[in-house]
Amino acid sequence: MKRLSGIAASQGVAIGPAFVYRPEPLAFNEQIIQNPRTEINRLIEAIEAVQGMLVALEAHTQEAIGEAEAKIFEVHRMFLADPAFADEIKAIIQEEQLNAEAAVDRVSNELMAQFSAIDDEYFRQRAVDIKDIAQRLIRQLLGLEETTLASLKNPSVIIAHDLTPSDTASLNREMALGLCTEIGSNTSHTAILARSLGIPAVVGAGKLELSSGTMVIIDGQSGELIIEPDAQTLAEYRTRQQARQRMRSLEIAQAQTPAVTLDGHQIEVVANIGSVADAEYAIQMGAEGVGLLRTEFLFLQGDTLPSEDEQYQIYRAIADVFQRMPLIVRTLDVGGDKDLPSIDIAKEQNPMLGQRAIRLCLARPEIFQTQLRAILRAGHERNVKIMFPLIGSEEELHQALYQLEQAKANLRARNLPHAENLDVGIMIEVPSAAVLADVMAPHVDFFSIGTNDLAQYTLAVDRTNETVAHLADPLHPAVIRLIHQVIQAAHRQDKWVGLCGEMAGNPQAVPLLLGLGLDEFSMAAVSIPSVKALLRTISKTQAQEIAQRCLELPNLQRVREFLDNP
Amino acid sequence: MVETTITIKHEVGLHARPAAVFAKTAQSFEANITVKNVTRDTQPVNAKSVINLFKIAVSQGHSIHLTANGSDEDDALAALVGLIEDNFGETQ
Repeated sequence: MKRLSGIAASQGVAIGPAFVYRPEPLAFNEQIIQNPRTEINRLIEAIEAVQGMLVALEAHTQEAIGEAEAKIFEVHRMFLADPAFADEIKAIIQEEQLNAEAAVDRVSNELMAQFSAIDDEYFRQRAVDIKDIAQRLIRQLLGLEETTLASLKNPSVIIAHDLTPSDTASLNREMALGLCTEIGSNTSHTAILARSLGIPAVVGAGKLELSSGTMVIIDGQSGELIIEPDAQTLAEYRTRQQARQRMRSLEIAQAQTPAVTLDGHQIEVVANIGSVADAEYAIQMGAEGVGLLRTEFLFLQGDTLPSEDEQYQIYRAIADVFQRMPLIVRTLDVGGDKDLPSIDIAKEQNPMLGQRAIRLCLARPEIFQTQLRAILRAGHERNVKIMFPLIGSEEELHQALYQLEQAKANLRARNLPHAENLDVGIMIEVPSAAVLADVMAPHVDFFSIGTNDLAQYTLAVDRTNETVAHLADPLHPAVIRLIHQVIQAAHRQDKWVGLCGEMAGNPQAVPLLLGLGLDEFSMAAVSIPSVKALLRTISKTQAQEIAQRCLELPNLQRVREFLDNP
Repeated sequence: MVETTITIKHEVGLHARPAAVFAKTAQSFEANITVKNVTRDTQPVNAKSVINLFKIAVSQGHSIHLTANGSDEDDALAALVGLIEDNFGETQ
């Protein structure tokens, strides 16, 4: 038995065989073949097999992740069928009597070189797609099994150096019991994905030397990976896992009932979502609406900027899933650590402090207007609200509101049905906005506190820098005091306040936030059943005492200790 | 052979969807169709290939030169020009 310590990235216990995911470079030789006809037939068969794989992958991705990400595979299928690809390969096999693997390799390398030389980011990026399909095709020709996570046939604990978004695109939720990576922090892609899927995960565990099939345990509480556990450890964890599962099924069974505190306050619990698929899942988990619809998925994975109609259709489809429940749509939040392939974003020295989110939208009104119009149209006779990210000053808020009026005027001129009076809110994630909450409140209908960014900016910590990321903790007393001020300022002006950072789903923070007077808790759907269950076990008066005490504590450690044992 | 030069108005140029629609339309004709990016002064390429269309990297505002040669050349050119003028069937 061996225990390795990493960062506890996603709660829960996973027990099962390891699946060691290490994609290796493909090895093959260049050969002169005797019969080009047979070789071309072999190529055609491989292309057909890969086409089939891509169709399946596209359907699976659409279901599991979303339409935009699924589109990537449609482009791949187009490439595979393209005369400039397939016919070129066949010509080389025919003329030079080269084996199919080498011919595919040569044609794809030439295409990649040509794409890479184009002075336009979008077209340059297509080299990656060529590489991807060439590798798939060569793997098929060599008769190698697919190394993607989609090929995972048995429920396993995935062990990897790190997982990229394209790895996770093929991840089969049912088969992934847990995740453990060598590198990464609480905010890396793997960690965020694991939490949103509710899969126990440990990241940053250091060098992992084990082979597939080895029995492992992931402890998402302590952040440990246990390799080849002894019988006693295994039994302990099985008991813990069973208790957890029993609790979980109870919580899910009650998820559709409202969360009412012991002293009779009903608390609104809503979901953070980022795709149409998320919407359906959120409903199942008992979401009473959406506190944050991240719209970046429409922009980040697509190959082109989504048109007004495309966006409108998707917002409308999501709103219809929630019927009369509220849907808060956050306008585009890119720049900073989130790159956008379809827009040129200048490289910045300090992107988190650069032209991101609302700043980018105000600088690029054509992108902003298209989105605002789409949201306004989706809001027609639906309970849609709009929310601006990263507002830092009153001027910025006025500019954003002016843009919204412009979008309405455009829709009026075009005679398109839209919401003329939809609710408008801002995210409170820049300390200046938190301090000036009383100045902002008269111009909006609600606030939503984004604690991930609020903590990072208040504490001057880059969340993407692994050496300091752990310091960006929203339980820091400075952040708690800001949250308190924001809620007080809003309530004085009869405005409500939500919170859509990860903090809202953290059981340790829930009583504190309730006590501070938070009106709406918005979180990853997977956390909703347990947070609702927790809210039913506490009273608001009790929570207010906890909050009062936290406001008086001098440092993060004292807050943590107190909340562990209030 | 028939030919024409036209400017692409689409906000992102011949990216994925527009390029796919363009190539698919071209494929529905028997005629040989070529397209050249005049703004970038590229070689003419086969318009029935998306990869080729990507290689000549057509962005918004670029002019392209189209030729069609074959029994249905007039219809082919009219269909492709119509597609560009109609902004690939998108509003805006």
